[in-house]
Amino acid sequence: MISLYAKRRFINGFNLAMSLAAMMFGLFWLIWILITLFNAGIGAISPALFTEMTPPPGENGGLLNAIAGSLMMTVVATLIGTPVGILAGIYLAEYGNRGWLAPATRFINDILLSAPSIVIGLFVYAIYVAKVGHFSGWGGAFALSLIVIPVVIRTTENMLKLVPNSLREAAAALGAPQWKVIAQVTIRASRAGILTGILLAIARISGETAPLLFTSLNNQFWSLNMNEPMANLPVVIFQFAMSPYEDWQRLAWGGALLITIAVLGLNILARILFRQKTVN
Amino acid sequence: MNLLGLYTSLKIRSMANTINTADLKRQHLFDMLFRNGTRIFAFLVLVLLGGIIVSLIIGSLPSIQKFGLSFLASSEWDPVQENFGALVPIVGTLVTSFIALLIGIPISFGIALYLTELSPKWLKRPLGIAIELLAGIPSIIYGMWGLFIFAPWFGDNIQPWINDNLGTLPLIGEFFQGPPLGIGMLTSGIILAIMVIPFISSVMRDVFEIVPSMLKESAYGLGATTWEVVWNVVLPYTRVGVIGGIMLGLGRALGETMAVTFVIGNAHELNKSLLMPGNSIASALANEFTEAVGDLYTSALIELGLILFFITFVVLSLSKLLLLQLAKQEGKRT
Repeated sequence: MISLYAKRRFINGFNLAMSLAAMMFGLFWLIWILITLFNAGIGAISPALFTEMTPPPGENGGLLNAIAGSLMMTVVATLIGTPVGILAGIYLAEYGNRGWLAPATRFINDILLSAPSIVIGLFVYAIYVAKVGHFSGWGGAFALSLIVIPVVIRTTENMLKLVPNSLREAAAALGAPQWKVIAQVTIRASRAGILTGILLAIARISGETAPLLFTSLNNQFWSLNMNEPMANLPVVIFQFAMSPYEDWQRLAWGGALLITIAVLGLNILARILFRQKTVN
Repeated sequence: MNLLGLYTSLKIRSMANTINTADLKRQHLFDMLFRNGTRIFAFLVLVLLGGIIVSLIIGSLPSIQKFGLSFLASSEWDPVQENFGALVPIVGTLVTSFIALLIGIPISFGIALYLTELSPKWLKRPLGIAIELLAGIPSIIYGMWGLFIFAPWFGDNIQPWINDNLGTLPLIGEFFQGPPLGIGMLTSGIILAIMVIPFISSVMRDVFEIVPSMLKESAYGLGATTWEVVWNVVLPYTRVGVIGGIMLGLGRALGETMAVTFVIGNAHELNKSLLMPGNSIASALANEFTEAVGDLYTSALIELGLILFFITFVVLSLSKLLLLQLAKQEGKRT
């Protein structure tokens, strides 16, 4: 009996230790990647990075045009994707109890949420880029907005469902029509949560490379024209990192550090924001 | 909330014109407009999915007509002769994702177990966030880190060991013999594993947390150890959800592009050895699409995209159905 007891204790102890080891294993990669990124990227961070254009090989330069292009496409994508996502999310949460449309949309939306982003790039290439005949910033922004939409729909629906029904009923009992209940009561009650979703969506698209490869491509020069190929950080990093030139690789590390700081910063900000709201 | 303001505005209006049928009708109209307006946007999601499928099919028609089903079975990839087959990238995609799951599932299970059962309360949140940050790091960063840091280290330190030890085993030995290049299918699989760990572990953690404490406490009361509770009570109770989480991770791994593109080696050859370079669907697209010349070449690449979309669609649907089933059971039991 003692030996069975000892065996069970041993298995328990061993497996729990393995569980701790798995946790350490996960953290180990996070720390390794972040340390590498800071070591290699910090040397490339300089005023020139933010004031000069992407250089030809062998010359000094910065990433200004790529940063500007990324910002523009992210802003446009967010402006297109957010309203669509919020309105669709409202439908799912507020009217989605009956009928076939809401369950079908919910199901498809969750699939699009994890669908390969490179396929989104192919889709936009096929319906837009191939039709106009050249790569453009609009194509890139459009592709990114298609990634924003599912994220915003999911969070908007989840957040609206957290609003207690008694609040809706109270507003309805005052004689408010349903559109007023939604626009003035439930949306306001879940504002912080919806904002969190938007921030997470922005974080998601700021690092996306695959959908931009076939849509905005890249531009070596300064251009704010959304109708032309547009420089952006992820594609510049991809090209520079794959190149044999050391200057380019150094710039790629600098850009990688910038993107990671932005993405992780947005992630953490979104969490803090949401936490404050739920604590209150 | 804002109810008071709403109340006042409604009250003032109703005092001004007691029950005004015109106003009532107008509100009805607004209601209808609002409902149908939001419905259109919900419908847009379905249109988007349909659009993706239709545009990919149209784009790949030339290739489908030329190669038919043999596209799936041919390992030919010759842009000059315009002879294309999808076997190499399909195998590469499946093999790298399989390696990712092989490593990712036990690790994710360990992490979820640690976070739900072992971690001190104050550590739970920071550790959970740290693991989720792994999912936040853009995939291109994984790619760069993989190419410049991980692959050389792996090639110098681990692959020779793999060659000497795993490579000499019977049956599976063949898979582990090869030059220590650093890059290749195994490296891609490992990096994918790191990338899917946060997705799988967060689903596992969520489903572990829905197990009623009464069940667990009963098992503890019978004298079970923590491990026995997890293995015999928590895991059977959440089996469906756990599989759903794994499927979600698989869906992610299959479609991952940039990280794999950097480290897989982009070689259109079929190799038994996992240490050799290969290709995946997503990385073939990323590398070749913008440079593809000619309709047939482009169309063959789009057909690759269609195949990838089809595979991930099936996997993610399964994942979703399993998770829905768990949620339904949960609803019945409580």
